[in-house]
Amino acid sequence: MTKVAMTLNGKKVTADVEDRTLLVHYIREAQGLTGTHVGCDTSQCGACVVHVNGRAVKSCTMLAAQASNAEVLTVEGLANGAELHPVQAAFREHHGLQCGFCTPGMIMTAVDMIQRHGGNLDEKTIRHELEGNICRCTGYHNIVKAIKAAADQMSALQTAAE
Amino acid sequence: MGVEGIGARALRKEDKRFITGKGKYTDDKVLPRMTYAAFVRSPHAHAKITNIDASAALEMPGVEAVLTGHELVADGIGNLICGWMVHSKDGSPMNMGAWRALESEIVRHTGQAVAVVIADTQELARDAADAVNVDYEELPAIVSASAALLDGAPQLHPEAPNNLIFDWEIGDEASTDAAFASASHVTRMEIENNRLVPNPMEPRAAVADYDVAEEHYTLYTTSQNPHVARLVLSAFYNVAPEHKLRVIAPDVGGGFGSKIFIYPEEIVALWASKRVGRPVKWVSDRTEAFLTDAHGRDHKTVAELALDANNKITGFRVKTVANLGAYMSLFSSSVPTYLYATLLSGQYDIPAIHANVKAVYTNTTPVDAYRGAGRPEATFVVERIIETAAREVGMSPVDFRRQNFVRSFPHQTPVIMCYDAGDHDATLDAALKAIDYDGFPARKSEAASRGKLRGMGLSCYIEACGIAPSAAVGSLGAGVGLWESAEVRVNPVGTIEVLTGSHSHGQGHETTFAQLVSERFGVGTETVAIVHGDTDKVQFGMGTYGSRSGAVGMSAIVKALDKVEAKAKRIAAHLMEASEGDIQIEGGVLKVAGTDKKLSFSEIALAAYTAHNLPEGMEPGLKEGAFYDPTNFTFPSGTYACEVEVDPDTGKTEIVNFVAADDFGKIINPMIVEGQVHGGLTQGIGQALLENAAYDENGQLLSASYMDYAMPRADDVPSYQLLTTETLCPGNPLGMKGCGEAGAIGSPPAVINAITDAINNNDLAMPATAERVWRASRGALPQAAE
Repeated sequence: MTKVAMTLNGKKVTADVEDRTLLVHYIREAQGLTGTHVGCDTSQCGACVVHVNGRAVKSCTMLAAQASNAEVLTVEGLANGAELHPVQAAFREHHGLQCGFCTPGMIMTAVDMIQRHGGNLDEKTIRHELEGNICRCTGYHNIVKAIKAAADQMSALQTAAE
Repeated sequence: MGVEGIGARALRKEDKRFITGKGKYTDDKVLPRMTYAAFVRSPHAHAKITNIDASAALEMPGVEAVLTGHELVADGIGNLICGWMVHSKDGSPMNMGAWRALESEIVRHTGQAVAVVIADTQELARDAADAVNVDYEELPAIVSASAALLDGAPQLHPEAPNNLIFDWEIGDEASTDAAFASASHVTRMEIENNRLVPNPMEPRAAVADYDVAEEHYTLYTTSQNPHVARLVLSAFYNVAPEHKLRVIAPDVGGGFGSKIFIYPEEIVALWASKRVGRPVKWVSDRTEAFLTDAHGRDHKTVAELALDANNKITGFRVKTVANLGAYMSLFSSSVPTYLYATLLSGQYDIPAIHANVKAVYTNTTPVDAYRGAGRPEATFVVERIIETAAREVGMSPVDFRRQNFVRSFPHQTPVIMCYDAGDHDATLDAALKAIDYDGFPARKSEAASRGKLRGMGLSCYIEACGIAPSAAVGSLGAGVGLWESAEVRVNPVGTIEVLTGSHSHGQGHETTFAQLVSERFGVGTETVAIVHGDTDKVQFGMGTYGSRSGAVGMSAIVKALDKVEAKAKRIAAHLMEASEGDIQIEGGVLKVAGTDKKLSFSEIALAAYTAHNLPEGMEPGLKEGAFYDPTNFTFPSGTYACEVEVDPDTGKTEIVNFVAADDFGKIINPMIVEGQVHGGLTQGIGQALLENAAYDENGQLLSASYMDYAMPRADDVPSYQLLTTETLCPGNPLGMKGCGEAGAIGSPPAVINAITDAINNNDLAMPATAERVWRASRGALPQAAE
């Protein structure tokens, strides 16, 4: 067993887990945050994407111990209180989800994508950037629309603020 | 929110929990003292089990039990069943082999469960499963259905000589033969429909909890139809009587058919929870899902189309071999028969059709309904041969289709179905206009100038949804009725709960069903709650599959709303001393026509429950239930147009434009309908270009992970152009037809017709991978369109 401590959604947390525990299981089982999902065994589907130190990571790909003392953000930590993150709001506004299972990973990937590309996201780039996230319900059409809309909105807000 | 009636693009009520990570899926459920199950699975496709040694596993601290088929049989757990009886053409019943939830004698596909380990943690359960030693004596395996029928092929079940499950036919053979005898042209094709794995993103899961004091079981599970699960678990698997078994299907992460069925793992989890006296959780990993979720499709067909001298279709002859895998899954027999061959008339007036279907056992994962279930297979056969026949006789595929369209309704086909309404020219016209069909030759020439091959493919599909009149499916062998139930409970404060037997696993029922209530009473959708997925709350239901939640599930809600409305109007008339016929409901208020007298809907609800002043003899309360049994299938139809560009150097196909023009009848929420079509199209394009459940000759599934099975990703598919036309379905109160499967049904032939047009070679199997397209296109040089 190993004691693993990290900052999870802004709160310091700790838990004793088996050495082999993956970050996704640490988040889901040791910390009880079940918004992060497991959809495959091969780091392909992206349902488990979280942010580690500000970067999108498949949480099934790293050990919890590798995230020791890191800042980890999950979908539960994205909204500002009752105010949805613009990407969350855009997924709802553009019907970018159906069964909801891939959605947390999609949203976390999208936030990271927008942070890296800013307002320069076009459809081709969004589709390429989504290669690590599989959705079986939406055919991606509305996910792409939602990410584009959120990117445009966030970029406009940033421009207005500057 | 607010009043959002029929036709509103209402945003989804259920979204908030999903986008904030608060969805409640089965794997999220944690119970006190919970144990975890891991299955010991066969590495062989066909083998005799000679010994199971669990001693090492049982010695591991934290292992509660290792259970095998011997204990399962001793405890009286029943074999898995197929619930739809199909008879061969000689009248004999289908040959069903025994399927045990845990096999202890002969395994018949890789991944079949032979034992289960119950342990304190998931990791420990899996470690212990690896420590169970099973001795096998390998037997020869067979994976091809056609080969399985040959003399000398390995035999799977003693009940099914030559591995033949049934040899079934539909239509009139003599009149079809006569049509071919006098035909002026016959088009013949061999067509394969590739085997697919449904792959909802949430793997199957079960949490079973046995209460020893009450002798009562609760099962949380990933089901599209929790009441059917309870019925089958009770009536056939003898797990518990229905009143001692509660099945809850909470948020379910997609189904696409694969979560209709009741699998060995759910049965074992329930049984094991009583055995060990603790709750048991099982969660499939993705490779287990590939090995054990029911697969889809896998047909091999020879089709022949007879034309007269005027290129009018006179006959259609189809012979199909359907691979059903190692066992007969719950509705497997209906898929290649009544859900397939009954749609072989397509959108066309074909006077004579005869189809023969042989269903076959092989050493592969069982095959059952997957999005479309039989109808994609039928549409692929029909739309490939229609396109091919047009090319052979030198007619434009558009003109050839128009020449043969059904144009008067109702239209009785030679294969049971009676089409009730449609306008095939309207969807064809809409699609051609949207894709700029007339401008295609210029685009083809322009592509050729860049060394690229452009192709245009059409698919004019029709399908049957809303399954179906109970008496009709009963006469065809179904073991269940296919009605739906609903209950509308108006609370004393005027808020409304709708309990439905339909189940939402992505379809947005919490929104669209609330829109029906909003439309009816003029109340805001935020005052309406949709309750589903729990056998303790909803009395009964047949669940969601076959695009039936709208046409059947919503029709039941409409019937219940009719009763609530009638009672509310009686109360209002009584309280306002008016006649019932003068009461009108508008904007949440019941008014007396022509006066200023009115009472709000919530005042009527309160009056119903206080019961201080009700009409003579009226019972208190405002709650009504209804069962709706359809009068016919419904028949969504449409035209899909696909334009592709192929790189002849690499064989890579790019879909440059895809138009879907659908007639779904009445649409409740266009936003949700569009989402259903987007998803269906992508699964259909996945079948056409990417997906294939590939077995080697020994029965090993080569594509058992996302590293090997090509799921469509965002950059594999285009953005789509969607259009709808509307002819109302005359058979249900709202005129709905269903939209959930159309995309997956109509799109594969459009894609293949487009690629074969581009490469000028009609011999191309699905999935049309770059390698296959490259090979097929060798020698086809870029040519300008004439």
